[in-house]
Amino acid sequence: METKAKSRWNIATEIIMVVIAFIFLAPFYFLFVNSVKSFGEILSDAASWPTKFSWANYAKAWDLARFSEAFVNSLTITIISVLLISLISAMAAYRMVRADSKFNRVLLLLFVAAMVVPFQTIMIPVLKIVNVLGVNNSMIGLLIAYLGLNVPMAIFLFHGFIKSVPLEIEEAATVDGCNPITVFFRIVLPLLKPMLMTIIVLNALGIWNDYLLPSLILQSPNLRTIPLATFSFFGQYTKQWDLALPALVLGIAPIIVFYLFMQRYIVEGIAAGSVKG
Amino acid sequence: MRGKKWSQFGQQLFFVGPATVFFTLMMIVPFLMGMYYSFTDWNGVSGNVIWVGFDNFRNIFTNDADFWSSFWFTLRFTLLGVVLTNLVGFFLAYFLTKPLKMRNALRTIFFMPNVIGGLLLGFIWQFIFIKGFSTLGDLTGWSFFQLPWLGDATTGFWAIVLVFIWQSSGYLMVVYIASLSNVSKDVLEAAEIDGATRFQVLRSIIAPLIMPAVTVCLFLSISWSFKMFDLNLSLTKGGPFKSTESVALNIYNEAFLNNRYGLGTAKALLFFLIVAIITIIQVRITKSKEVEA
Repeated sequence: METKAKSRWNIATEIIMVVIAFIFLAPFYFLFVNSVKSFGEILSDAASWPTKFSWANYAKAWDLARFSEAFVNSLTITIISVLLISLISAMAAYRMVRADSKFNRVLLLLFVAAMVVPFQTIMIPVLKIVNVLGVNNSMIGLLIAYLGLNVPMAIFLFHGFIKSVPLEIEEAATVDGCNPITVFFRIVLPLLKPMLMTIIVLNALGIWNDYLLPSLILQSPNLRTIPLATFSFFGQYTKQWDLALPALVLGIAPIIVFYLFMQRYIVEGIAAGSVKG
Repeated sequence: MRGKKWSQFGQQLFFVGPATVFFTLMMIVPFLMGMYYSFTDWNGVSGNVIWVGFDNFRNIFTNDADFWSSFWFTLRFTLLGVVLTNLVGFFLAYFLTKPLKMRNALRTIFFMPNVIGGLLLGFIWQFIFIKGFSTLGDLTGWSFFQLPWLGDATTGFWAIVLVFIWQSSGYLMVVYIASLSNVSKDVLEAAEIDGATRFQVLRSIIAPLIMPAVTVCLFLSISWSFKMFDLNLSLTKGGPFKSTESVALNIYNEAFLNNRYGLGTAKALLFFLIVAIITIIQVRITKSKEVEA
């Protein structure tokens, strides 16, 4: 009797959740079906299934928005930044845990405090520095900025994680003749894998989707990342939905595919990252 | 002995050096420069930077209605955004920790909007509000869909809140799920045997046990909504008539549209202080409500 009521309750919950899921998905439906309609059909009926799939919209948007270029740019900057951020943050956090000096404690405090500073607070001077260094309008400039801006959180997360890594294995490796650098790369780094995945995932999403910083540093159209290309394309073709919508689908497709493949890591990473953060 | 000291120094340099250099270059130095520029009339172009003392701050406090209206907008948005995303996020998490058949698929769907950047989300929703909603209005006859969603101050505000909920509640859901699945089944069963209602269990057992997650979720949602920029820029651009301009967008416009970098950095510094104060207060309050499991 009791279990029957329970299972009925579960079925009702399931149905309600599925309905909410459909509401959550509705924007994607509108986006997709209209991206393959003719302009006239979008205006006359934005809700119906397309009478004819005009994939030509996509080809046109792809060329006009220079998507191949934008895709390569986004991929390059994201991969290189994420790898370097993870590496130098892991190195710094490792040393800061193992050599618990006063200097390192103050440094950690600075890293943690920096996490509260909104990007807007420092963006104008950051631009100035990028100009002074002569790396404005270049991927190098963007890379340097991402390294500086993203290491605080990565170091904070690594720091918490490394504290729980036992010291014995490292000592054994030292006895076996490893120097501090090989100890780190051969022994410690592989042990950091769970936290490493979290940091890779969080930074990859953040950098791939970032608009503001690239928009301030990169001016040349051939350097545009996907958010920049989308922004400029949208500005040019405002209300020309038959071109704007395919561009938006193309813009979100890579990250959605990434998400569906990496889902487990993304969700676990976010849960782990936020509990520590 | 001396050799050992040098080796320690070398290791410090090798391991901590790179991160510290980039961090100093892109955070410490800019922060200090920002403090300096906020007392100048720098316009970003001319090399001639004149010290103006507290003029920028005086200007902001006495003579900048736009800044304060963007501030008021941000406060209202933060309040509603934080409450609603946390409620929705928790609601989704609460039911998705029950033994449902489609649990995993549902989690995947609710989190999905979060992987898309705010800029693209704003553009997608621009279309939904302009064309999608009006079509739904024609089909259903509901006046809800026929409102001028991006056309006036009130509905524009709610439009941003709506998209923000759609975007962020999945993330908070993940955090709440992680926390809820740590609540011991034994305790819940014991409560059930004792005849506690669902609501009593939620209020007296689950809520105190997941307080650490509440701390985190409030912190995240406050800082997201206070710093909201991309979504604002692409969905409404702050319009109509600056009625939906967030503080972040106001600072951006001041610096890059009006070329008042000095005034912009002064606002940015105030912005930092406010964000810091609000988040510190929030973390303190919710931390004090956490209990040992």
